Amino acid sequence: MTGSIMDTFFEECEELLEAMDAGLAAIEEGDQDAETVNAVFRAVHSIKGGAGAFGLDELVAFAHNFETVFDDVRSNKLELDEKLIQLLFRASDHLSDLVTCARDGGQVDSAHHDVLIKALAEYIDEDEEELVFEPMGVGAAFEPAALPLLDAVEEEVTYDIRFHPLKEMYATGNEPYFLFQALSDLGELSVSLDENELPGFDAMEDGENYLSWELSLTTLKPRSSIEAVFEFVEGLCELSITTDGDAEAEVDALAALNAAFGVGSAEEENVVDVPLDQPAPEPVEAPALAEVETVEVPEVKSDQAAENTPVAKKDAAKAKSAGPKPTLRVELDRVDKLINAVGELIINHSMLAQQIANLDASDTRDVETELEGFKTLARDIQEGVMAIRAQPVKPLFQRMARIVREASAATGKSAKLVTVGEATEVDKTVIERLADPLTHILRNAVDHGIETPEDRAATGKDKAGEIHLTAAHRSGSVCIEVKDDGAGLNRKKIRQIAIDKGLIPENAELNDNEIDNLLFLPGFSTASEISNLSGRGVGMDVVKNAVTKLGGRVNIASTPGRGSTFSIILPLTLAVMDGMVVSVAGHTMVVPITAIVETMRGNDDMINNLGADGTLLSIRGSFVPICDVASSLGLRGDTTNEPAGVYLLVETENGDRCALAVDDIHDQRQVVIKSLDGVCGNVPGVSAATILGDGKIAMILDPESIVTASSSAAVFDTDRRMSNAIAS
Amino acid sequence: MQLQAEAKHVDHSEFVSFTVASQAFCLKITQIREIRRWQPVTVLPHAPADVLGVMNLRGAVIPIYDLSARFGLEQTDASERNVVIVVSVHDKPVGLLAESVSEIISIDPDDIQETPQVDSRNTMDFIQGIISQNDEMVRIINLDAVISSPEQVAQ
Repeated sequence: MTGSIMDTFFEECEELLEAMDAGLAAIEEGDQDAETVNAVFRAVHSIKGGAGAFGLDELVAFAHNFETVFDDVRSNKLELDEKLIQLLFRASDHLSDLVTCARDGGQVDSAHHDVLIKALAEYIDEDEEELVFEPMGVGAAFEPAALPLLDAVEEEVTYDIRFHPLKEMYATGNEPYFLFQALSDLGELSVSLDENELPGFDAMEDGENYLSWELSLTTLKPRSSIEAVFEFVEGLCELSITTDGDAEAEVDALAALNAAFGVGSAEEENVVDVPLDQPAPEPVEAPALAEVETVEVPEVKSDQAAENTPVAKKDAAKAKSAGPKPTLRVELDRVDKLINAVGELIINHSMLAQQIANLDASDTRDVETELEGFKTLARDIQEGVMAIRAQPVKPLFQRMARIVREASAATGKSAKLVTVGEATEVDKTVIERLADPLTHILRNAVDHGIETPEDRAATGKDKAGEIHLTAAHRSGSVCIEVKDDGAGLNRKKIRQIAIDKGLIPENAELNDNEIDNLLFLPGFSTASEISNLSGRGVGMDVVKNAVTKLGGRVNIASTPGRGSTFSIILPLTLAVMDGMVVSVAGHTMVVPITAIVETMRGNDDMINNLGADGTLLSIRGSFVPICDVASSLGLRGDTTNEPAGVYLLVETENGDRCALAVDDIHDQRQVVIKSLDGVCGNVPGVSAATILGDGKIAMILDPESIVTASSSAAVFDTDRRMSNAIAS
Repeated sequence: MQLQAEAKHVDHSEFVSFTVASQAFCLKITQIREIRRWQPVTVLPHAPADVLGVMNLRGAVIPIYDLSARFGLEQTDASERNVVIVVSVHDKPVGLLAESVSEIISIDPDDIQETPQVDSRNTMDFIQGIISQNDEMVRIINLDAVISSPEQVAQ
């Protein structure tokens, strides 16, 4: 096991945040049944609990407010209207920010934080007890919290606390001493041990607890502070807290407590009757943040069984959010090692096959049959291992919902994200690296794509824009599409900007597709003023780069007045691909099948010269520029008209066609991709390497960059020249 | 310098000596992972002259450098008689082409002499010190200087 408990906590937070988002999305869709609400509540509560243990005060404080509002929703005190749901969404976004900050360091936007806390506080029932929030649990035990905001608002009260831990409490590593220490920080504490239940030595059972304590605490703090101390052992002990105050209050409080600890009915009124007249305190900085606090009902009755240990509780929450499928958490390294080993296995198979073919044996049929079986098995294993790395895009899409929310809030536009194909599974790394480009595209879609509500109304569209985010498998690749129903690309403006920025000459003649692709040039940003949202000086070229790095490509399609569609097409996996094995100037190389439109054997009749050194290949009446791979890679010094025998017709991402001239085609096979990162720098024209059946390494060509490198089109050269300049 | 510091702990270190362009060089035996016979490598397009290409080392793609070209000497015309010394630099395996491996020598750190100042700046950076072995000068290679880290290469 590597990583600290804290890492585990943050990992769980991720899951909990996902569960929370999923729950909120369901609520927004109108699914407001108790179970959904509870699921969200539990997620928030668990985050709060964990954060408390690590002393992440700001996070705890916010989660607490959030949870309190949700608790009221749960007990039907609050109506879930549109406004509240939006607030809850924003709160959930902020909560995930807080988690990220806690993990990576950094500061959250404190103004935003305060605004949200205030907004949440507005929903919290006025009658409910307001008091100072305090870091609780273990954190509090070690760190006496100063509570400067509550000066003498209350008289000292003496609480009699009877505390009988169940044996489960010890099993979870809780230590009464720390609880008492935390209590003693609240005020004057006297402790006496009650050993009446202690049986004779012979009757004593191993692991059973017979001890309980009578505590008497005189404190200024309200009851909930005491309850907070016991929060982490709730359900693990028998606890009663009584004051010497009037009897009625006692009954109420007891009921509330029982409810809090899951002993009494979940329907119990859960308000503690200590009304304080203190004004809603100004949020200062955490941890001295003044907060509102209510007693919460942690679980509904049905969950009591699962409540016994924190572990069980966590699992229950997880099971609820992720469905009943049992899962196993494995370190990524192990999976990757397995993937590498399987890659070797496949290479090994082709080596064996080659050796057997070379054998001078009379009858190798039996061996070949067995070898075929070996191949099938190896493929099966490979697919299985790949499936381990594959994950549904759902969490990614959920995050994107947030991006759209924020973007629409920032621009004052109304946009709704509709996701389709959330269950589509994609390699984990792909998902991770897709987050940034998708964020960018979606922000752009809201910022530039969707019109203002007035404009939309004027053109007869629904006031709220719709953005469709779709994921689907399409013939060996994954297609992710972002489609908005906005105004479409303003080609005239794009063209003008490109001219203004010197990206294209003024008289350049470009078709619509080429204009659209100008968006992907470095340094292009259509926002005339750099807005907070999109256009931070980086443009869509970031998107293109990120996608290209993943071995995919981006396409734009746009209809004026109807909207634009960005499609990202990605390989299913980063580890294996189908390639065509070719030879180029005596070197064996691999061309990705996905890039090849067709292959043909050329003859002299098909080659036409154009100008001094341009050659065109005529294919069924159309002419396509020829690009000699060998000379483009610098493997053949002179560009003589040595007949390169075979042409691979490839299509670049902007729709241009080009014929790659190679010497011969040998084979089509699945190859294991070996990254050249860290082996050598960026090699122009080569995307990676692979190991062939004979154990030799072959370069995997990047047709896109070969074509761009040799392409004479000025526009698309710009980006090439830049990367060359960087590379050299 | 570094070698002298280590001398306090170890009396003798073992070095593997080999020839590159008829000159004797050596590397500490602990730096060497394995020594392989030369096999044709896969050429990297647009690679500098001292990068011969990449080789398959049990499934890993490792770059092969021509030490001779790296030292500014003439380029080796690699054949089956040559060897590839696989070393680990910056935690990555790297292959170095040498003419042939000579022997394992045991060196008393006190015998290591500072590299005398000569004109060839390039070579100077790559040589950590020299020792005399059987009246022949053996140059100790400063591996970190010879192979820059992949990050630097990428730039």
